[in-house]
Amino acid sequence: MADPTKSKIDQHSGTPTMGHEWDGIEELDTPLPRWWLWTFYACILFSLGYVIAYPAWPLVNSYTKGMLGWSSRGDLARDMAAQAAKVAPIHRAIAATPIDQLPANAALMQAAVDGGRAAFKVHCVQCHGSGAAGSKGYPNLNDDDWLWGGDLVTIEKTIIDGVRNPDHAETRMSIMPAFGRDQLLQAAQVDDLVAHVRTISGQQKPDAASRRGGQLFADNCAVCHGPAGKGNRELGAPNLTDGIWLYGGDAESIHQTVWNSRQGVMPRWGDKLDPATVRMLAAYVHSLGGGEAAPVPVPVPVPTVAAAVDNGAAEATSDARQ
Amino acid sequence: MTAAPLSLYAKRKGVYPKAIDGFYRRLKWVVMAVTLAIYWITPWLRWDRGPYAPDQAVLVDLAHRRFYMFAIEIWPHEFYYVAGLLVMAGVGLFLVTSAVGRAWCGYACPQTVWTDLYQHVERFIDGDRNAQIRLDKAPWSAGKIARRVAKWSIWLFIAFGTGGAWIFYFADAPTLQQQFWSGTAAPVAYATVAVLTATTFILGGFMREQVCIYMCPWPRIQTAMLDEKSLVVTYKYWRGEQRGSLKKSLAQPDAFGDCIDCDQCVAVCPTGIDIREGPQIGCITCALCVDACDKVMAQVGRPRGLIDYCTEDDATAEKAGRAPRPVIRSLLHVRTLVYLTLWSAVGVAMLFALGTRTRIDISAQQDRNPIAMRLSDGTVRNAFTVKLRNMESRPRPMRISAEGLAGVSLWTDRDGRADARAAIDTIVPSDSVAKLRIFLAAPANGPQREDFAFTVRATDREGGTASEPAHFERLQ
Repeated sequence: MADPTKSKIDQHSGTPTMGHEWDGIEELDTPLPRWWLWTFYACILFSLGYVIAYPAWPLVNSYTKGMLGWSSRGDLARDMAAQAAKVAPIHRAIAATPIDQLPANAALMQAAVDGGRAAFKVHCVQCHGSGAAGSKGYPNLNDDDWLWGGDLVTIEKTIIDGVRNPDHAETRMSIMPAFGRDQLLQAAQVDDLVAHVRTISGQQKPDAASRRGGQLFADNCAVCHGPAGKGNRELGAPNLTDGIWLYGGDAESIHQTVWNSRQGVMPRWGDKLDPATVRMLAAYVHSLGGGEAAPVPVPVPVPTVAAAVDNGAAEATSDARQ
Repeated sequence: MTAAPLSLYAKRKGVYPKAIDGFYRRLKWVVMAVTLAIYWITPWLRWDRGPYAPDQAVLVDLAHRRFYMFAIEIWPHEFYYVAGLLVMAGVGLFLVTSAVGRAWCGYACPQTVWTDLYQHVERFIDGDRNAQIRLDKAPWSAGKIARRVAKWSIWLFIAFGTGGAWIFYFADAPTLQQQFWSGTAAPVAYATVAVLTATTFILGGFMREQVCIYMCPWPRIQTAMLDEKSLVVTYKYWRGEQRGSLKKSLAQPDAFGDCIDCDQCVAVCPTGIDIREGPQIGCITCALCVDACDKVMAQVGRPRGLIDYCTEDDATAEKAGRAPRPVIRSLLHVRTLVYLTLWSAVGVAMLFALGTRTRIDISAQQDRNPIAMRLSDGTVRNAFTVKLRNMESRPRPMRISAEGLAGVSLWTDRDGRADARAAIDTIVPSDSVAKLRIFLAAPANGPQREDFAFTVRATDREGGTASEPAHFERLQ
């Protein structure tokens, strides 16, 4: 504040000084322009109006709501509703389009992939990871190795029915026996089998153990994994000759797998998510880089050994349920 | 001496600048005509860029993120050109200030130009200075109301024209004009016009010199930039004092200086200051007081230039009776030359960059999650989101390859690995960015992190390449 006892008129400008002085430098007491004052009053008026119109004062358990009834949560709800209304026709279109016809509509496919990416973050990342890269026991969905098949229709079915849901007849079901634990094989035989599996996957050279294991494989494993160990997608039997191991390809992990068996479970999503979301998830997973083209349909299904094997698997399933 | 109690707030003193004619007034007319013409005409100039680009010569296309200026088209990633222009504008202002003082304020600043325009309207409706003062003081009457309504209407019309012209820089002017009048333009267009109309009306009609004195930072900066070699409007007090009326000074020629205290310099000043109090922040160096004083000096038969553009050095020389330095030496001193060099260097560098810039570009962003993964055949896959920029206004065929990565094969998410190949061909639409998701598979044995370069080559006749360094990551 000005010190009136020391204030004086500045000679050059004719303006009074504040009365302060620092090393001969004095401060002028220049009046503010009046319009500035009116601007200030206008701001005060505006803030009064704002306090009346919008939420402003915190109370103990609540707050003043404001005449306009605006709230940031209401805003968010409106935004969400608007977004839902915006995507509703897209979701309807996706739900109405069989998934194998989705790629024909590039825009709809892209919408499905984008929607699937969002849904994946909510429902799938807990097991498959945020980048869908999986981890031990949870498949990497980016790669080109599929237990049940990597085309759109198959992926969608896997998502709808899940894997090893005992209360669901349509579920993906494959049960590998626990060869060691259930004493189907001797400990030494399991070691030989492991040697054989590591040989056919190119991880070690054939030796006496792996040759013994080869015979054991033909007797015990080939029925599902195929004579060459290439797997069988009908049964969800993994390919044992490729570079991808769900539970690890080192000797110890394979030994564990053969001894105890592995039976990962995926929930069935068909009863939890709407068809459009499932379809979008399938499109997204397919888009990650490992998606396969739809298999050329076989005109006439010929009864083969595979069918017999299928029946065997069904029996194994019913056994497992007891 | 103790100060009298003083109000904390001061009412704006009315400024009623008197009409004047003279060299600087005519210069102001020319500058006003040129700057207003540039402002209003520029958006309507056409420039043929072929079928794929707009034909507006100057267009800031915010929606499509393009900036067109005649033959130059700037993309958002080339924003450094705009930064360069801003640097040039900044250094240019320094240059002008150190050479000719606040010439920007006095002649070219929009606040000055529009205020000047509004003051001419005011004179046209209300009459010159004295009539304006009388009318202001007069009580409200039908005549006063009629004049006020007329004046404010014309002001509003000009303000609307000013705000209205602004939006044409941001969209195709003829189309936007049709949309504007038919009510189908974007709400932001109407809002912009409304805001700019209001600010032009208020700042040009009522705030005027208050903007220069209280709101604008530039006078404060310039005060610090003026030096003894800067041209400022100077009242030559050593020649003018002691002031006295013509009658007195004729009676006692030795007791009085050249200033006959006619107050014409104050009457014509658009910011309402008295230049005889010395350089001050309110002086925008428009030199109308020079015109006024010269006219009076001619009438009383004394040499012109009692108030004149003059550097502090020249003032010192003149006081000591020495000849002032030639104007050219005042303009070209070390500081102005340094600024000029800087300004030109930025300009030349930008021109060089413009002349040599490529119109094709590639950027590649690697998937981080997962960064690398094994495929069933044992190879390792990385994924990239690759963006190809085609900055020409025609579609161009391009080929992408991964240079320096042995045994690599590429495919996109549109095809599959069955179509994996050494290079991917695609056609990038005109004046746009094509986004591709590219997968790379390479043998698993190799360094954990291998350098390579994504290279794009235009496969049409003109050719051109661009590349972006990248890394191929392998699993541990």
